[in-house]
Amino acid sequence: MTLVRIGRSSIRTIEYLGGLTIQLGRGLRAAARLSPFWGSRLRWRSTMRQMAIVGVEALPVVCLIAGFVGLIMALQGAYELKKFGALRYVVSLVGVSMTRELGPLMTAIIIIGRSGSSFAAEIGTMTVTDEVDALRVMALEPVEFLLAPRLVAMMVMMPCLTIAADTAGILGGAVFTYASLGMGLRTYLATAVEVLFMRDIITGLIKSLAFGMIIVQVGCFEGFTVRGGPEGVGRATTRAVVQSIFLVIVADLFFTAFFYLFWS
Amino acid sequence: MSDLQPMIEVRNLVAGYGSKIILHGANLSILRGETMVILGGSGSGKSTLLRHMVGLERPISGEILIQGVDITHCSRAQLNEVRKSMGLSFQGSALFNSMTIADNVALALREHTKLAESTIKVMTRIKLEQVGLAHAEDYLPAQLSGGMKKRAAVARALAMDPEILLFDEPSAGLDPIIAAGIDDLILSLKRAFKMTIVVVTHELESAFVIADRIAVVDQGRIVAVGTAEEIRSSALPRVRQFLDRIPDPVTGDQEAFLGRLMEE
Repeated sequence: MTLVRIGRSSIRTIEYLGGLTIQLGRGLRAAARLSPFWGSRLRWRSTMRQMAIVGVEALPVVCLIAGFVGLIMALQGAYELKKFGALRYVVSLVGVSMTRELGPLMTAIIIIGRSGSSFAAEIGTMTVTDEVDALRVMALEPVEFLLAPRLVAMMVMMPCLTIAADTAGILGGAVFTYASLGMGLRTYLATAVEVLFMRDIITGLIKSLAFGMIIVQVGCFEGFTVRGGPEGVGRATTRAVVQSIFLVIVADLFFTAFFYLFWS
Repeated sequence: MSDLQPMIEVRNLVAGYGSKIILHGANLSILRGETMVILGGSGSGKSTLLRHMVGLERPISGEILIQGVDITHCSRAQLNEVRKSMGLSFQGSALFNSMTIADNVALALREHTKLAESTIKVMTRIKLEQVGLAHAEDYLPAQLSGGMKKRAAVARALAMDPEILLFDEPSAGLDPIIAAGIDDLILSLKRAFKMTIVVVTHELESAFVIADRIAVVDQGRIVAVGTAEEIRSSALPRVRQFLDRIPDPVTGDQEAFLGRLMEE
C-alpha cells in the first residue's frame, strides 16, 4: 500500500513538473513573438496592462515591506555585532543581505500573494466558465493569449521591483545607523556603495527573474487545470500560493548554492 | 467541392475521460448546408461528441474529418486553421466577462484579420444586428439576461463568417418564449447563410422545428439517424422511449444494489 502511494505521488509530482516545463516552453515561445512593433496590437496592450497591475501597483507595498525588513536586519545584526564593537558592519550586513537574498525573496513572496493568486483565480474562473475553451475554439491559444502577456510583464517587472526593494531595504537600515550611530545618510550610502559588489546586485536580479517565471507558470498552470466549479477555483488559488512559495524557495537555494560555488 | 463530400465526418469515434468510455464507436456524416440535430438525454455522450468535433478533446480512437481534414491527427496549426471556419455557441455562452459584448464579437476579427478598426466596428454591428442585440454592444456580459447572452454568444460564433455553426444546448435554461426565439434565430441563419449547422440538444420540440436530419444518441451510441419524419415514426425502442418521454424502469437487481452499498 505504502509503495503504491509513494509511486502514485511520485508520478503526480513528475506530471506536475512536466506540465509546468511544457507550459514554460510554450509560454517563452509565445512571449518571444510578443512585441510592440509586430504581432498583435491587442496582445501588447494587455501586456502593458499586466505590467501596471503586477508591477506599478505593487511598488508601494513592496517598498514599505522591504524598508521594514532592512530595518529589522539592521536591528538583528546589531544585536550580535555590538558584542564585538563592530556596529559599523551593520551597513554591509544590510546591503549584502538585501541585494543578494532578501530583496528578491521578499518581492517574490509579496508578488505571489498579490499576483500569483490572482492569476490562478482569474484563469481558473475562465476555465470553469468555458471561456478558455471558447478561446481555443476561436483558434486563439490560451497560452499565447493569457499566459504570454503575464509572463512578459513579470519578467520585466520582477527585476524592477527587486531594485526598488533593495533600495528601500538599504534605506531602512539607514534609519537604524542614524539613530544608534549618528551616521548621516551620505556616509551610510557611501559605505554601502563601497561594500557592495556589482555581482551582489546582479545575482539578486537573476534570482528575481527566475522567481517571476515560477510565479507566472504555477499561477497560470493551476488556473488552466481547475476542475469542479468555484470550489476548484478556491483550491487552485491556495495551491498556486503554496506551490509557488515552495518552488521559489527551492530555486532560491539552488541559485544561492550555485553563485556561492561558482561566482564569489 | 462537391456537395456529396460530407462537411463533418465522424468515423468509429471512441471517446472517454480516464478509464470511463463515453462514446463507443460513433459514426456520423453531416452534409454541407444541412442542419443536423444531435438529440440525446443527459449523459448520453452528445456533448462529448460535440467537444470532439471542435477538437477540444482528443479521442481514444477513431477520427473526425472536417472538410476532409482529420482534426484528430493534425498539428495544432492545422487544427486552428480548421477552427477558423467553425463557430461554437457554448451552453453557458462562455462570453469573456471582462470585455463588452462588442469586444467579445470583435475579438476573433481583431486577432485573425488585418482589417481596420472601423471595418471591424461595422462588422461587429452587423453580427449583433443579426441576432437582435444591436442596442447592447457596450454592455458587459454580466448585465445581460440569459437569452441575450445566448444571442451574444451566437453573434460571437458568427464573427468570422464560419461555414459550420455549432450549438451546445441552445435553449437550456431559457423560458419557452425565449427558447422559441433562439430556434427562430437558428432557422433564420440557416435560410440566410446556407451554413452547416450542428445543434446538440435534448429538447424534442426545438429539434423537430430546426432539424433537416436528426441523430439520436443513447448511452454512447448513435442509435438512429434520419429526417425529422423518419425519427418521429421510428420503431426503435430507445428512440420511442425518448420521444414518448417514458422513464427508465427501476431495476430491481438486489445484488448489485448491495454491492454498491458495500463498495469501498
